[in-house]
Amino acid sequence: MKFLVQQQPAYVYTGGKDFDVNRPTVVFVHGAANDHSVWTLQARYFAHHGWNALALDLPGHGQSFGDAKTSIESAADWLINLLDNGNVARAALVGHSMGSLIALDAASRYASRVSRLGLIGTSVPMPVSDELLDAAINRPADAFDMLNIWGHAPQLKWGRNPTPGTSSMMAYLRLLTQSRSGVLATDLAACQSYLPGDESLQALNVPTLVIAATHDLLTPQKSALSLAARIPGCRIEVLKGAGHAMMQEEPGKVVDALKELLKA
Amino acid sequence: MSKPKYPRLDTLAVHAGQSPDPATGARAVPIYQTASFVFPDTETAASLFNLERTGHVYSRISNPTLSVFEERMSALEGAPAAIATASGQAALHLGIATLMGAGAHVVASNALYGGSHNLLSYTLPRFGIETTFVDGRDLAAWKKAIRPNTRLLFGETVGNPGLDVLNIPAVADIAHNAGLPLMVDATLTTPFLSRPIAHGADIIMHSATKFLSGHGVVIGGVLIDGGSFDWDKSGKFPTLTEPYDGFHGMVMSEESSVAAFALRARREGLRDFGASMAPMTAFQILQGLETLHVRMPRHVENTRTIAHFLSANKAVARVTYPELPSHPDHELAKQLLPEGAGAVISFDLKGGSGNAKAAGKIFIEKLALFSHLANIGDAKSLVIHPASTTHFRMDADALKAAGISEGTIRLSIGIEHADDLIEDLSKALYAAGKAAGI
Repeated sequence: MKFLVQQQPAYVYTGGKDFDVNRPTVVFVHGAANDHSVWTLQARYFAHHGWNALALDLPGHGQSFGDAKTSIESAADWLINLLDNGNVARAALVGHSMGSLIALDAASRYASRVSRLGLIGTSVPMPVSDELLDAAINRPADAFDMLNIWGHAPQLKWGRNPTPGTSSMMAYLRLLTQSRSGVLATDLAACQSYLPGDESLQALNVPTLVIAATHDLLTPQKSALSLAARIPGCRIEVLKGAGHAMMQEEPGKVVDALKELLKA
Repeated sequence: MSKPKYPRLDTLAVHAGQSPDPATGARAVPIYQTASFVFPDTETAASLFNLERTGHVYSRISNPTLSVFEERMSALEGAPAAIATASGQAALHLGIATLMGAGAHVVASNALYGGSHNLLSYTLPRFGIETTFVDGRDLAAWKKAIRPNTRLLFGETVGNPGLDVLNIPAVADIAHNAGLPLMVDATLTTPFLSRPIAHGADIIMHSATKFLSGHGVVIGGVLIDGGSFDWDKSGKFPTLTEPYDGFHGMVMSEESSVAAFALRARREGLRDFGASMAPMTAFQILQGLETLHVRMPRHVENTRTIAHFLSANKAVARVTYPELPSHPDHELAKQLLPEGAGAVISFDLKGGSGNAKAAGKIFIEKLALFSHLANIGDAKSLVIHPASTTHFRMDADALKAAGISEGTIRLSIGIEHADDLIEDLSKALYAAGKAAGI
């Protein structure tokens, strides 16, 4: 479905169910140069288990119009505007990678609008190597390869993808390749420059879950656990053997972990 | 940190899609010879049916052994998704049926495998799908043949048996400018010699019976979604961009940004047409696929040797192989097929004072090492007379258009020693030439 956010059409995948303002809402926020489709399985599950599942395409991504936001804060503002336009007073926010920073920032600055917080493949700060940033600006194809290879657990090079008939790495590479020109560089720069103070993390008063993975090279398990330690009462779920692309590598385990968060 | 690298094709051919079986530790791909899979609980069952969780339900739709083959082919072709099918013909039908229905139109090269030609010429019109055949080399003809109801352009990487090389980048451009996808049959080249998606194709199909297997013991096919075509932007494919009442009202292009075509083909086509592959077949194809990168260079090396041998033989009127300078697609082959133009070669016998058809019959019957049969892509060398077998339903004009004469012989060169193959060919050519009075 489409929302009008900041005068631009925004696409939101609803998991195969119509949006119903009377149901609780969970919003899924994708990472850099991704789109809603990274959440298909999780969104379908929760849409069919009592929730409005809103897997959005951020501005400049997927089917949403507008330019990609240049800061995490402006993306969080946009996200809250989307809730406004949907008449959603409070929502659970679940974000992956860059999306986790957007969800975190929204929870920090718009506390009354956020009922639960799920941070997947996350780190604060979220440093981006100079090599990757330079490639994203000057050699996007190289940057896509870096994100694709570093973004999956090493064994995913060989496969055994849980979704029958698909190559997780080839699918992810295609997703990155079809992102709009310059979007990856904009997204990575936004991640790099987002530096919330510890006091804002410690002030969070919302049920929070961090999902980390043992083979995550982009937001290492250690960094994710460090962030969790700075958020009061934060629960932790570690996915053994998975890499950064957790929703594709371990879709069922991500659903199971989120089930606990969303029934809290 | 240096730029990370993907595994090479040789390694993918051996490993992609498979890791040691988590249940048993089996290193080889297990054959999951089962029709269905037990649900751990009712909620999981419902979630599997509703695509909320991944997994296998029923082997017509998916099966773990098939998944290894499918994922391996995806990796080899650089594609998001693949679907194993009962045959190459099933893959072609599944591709077409997923994209269109009655009233639609296909533009296809006239240099096609006879079975594909039959499907497009005679069978699909009964279901309201028409095809216009064009000279695959005539780019203007491709463009001119496109109608408002056209939904697909289709050709073979190397057309069998005239061995026309499809100009994939140029035909893909024509297709894309018209908002249409290009589907390519890559059976003769395999991913070792050509990766059509990198050249602009959107969908690939193979007869896996041929070089992918190499052993000639199974019938199988595979349909591959390159994930590159923008179905929403085209606006011509409601099967992929509008709600499908037959499967939860799902809009395929919303569910998957990169494999909407494969999603519909599996959830509708495999489910309803049912032309799925057997687990044992997938296992057997995988045994062959593991040596693709070892076999193909030998196939190509032998074929080059035999092409030169035939070119110098006085009983031979013409040799057709894209690597020969005399072939009209020689330059294109150098550009698109730098690793080799495959292992199928055709040639015309001289008729002499007799006739070419009779010479062809004597030639085939005198061969001892080459097997006379209707197949290609075996480790064993094969021979056939297309005008009387694989292409016998084509009339004279269609045969001519496909580059086939009554004296055309098609060889599929195996991986035996080239000297033994040449010895066998020499004896048969001598007999054919003698009968023709040469």
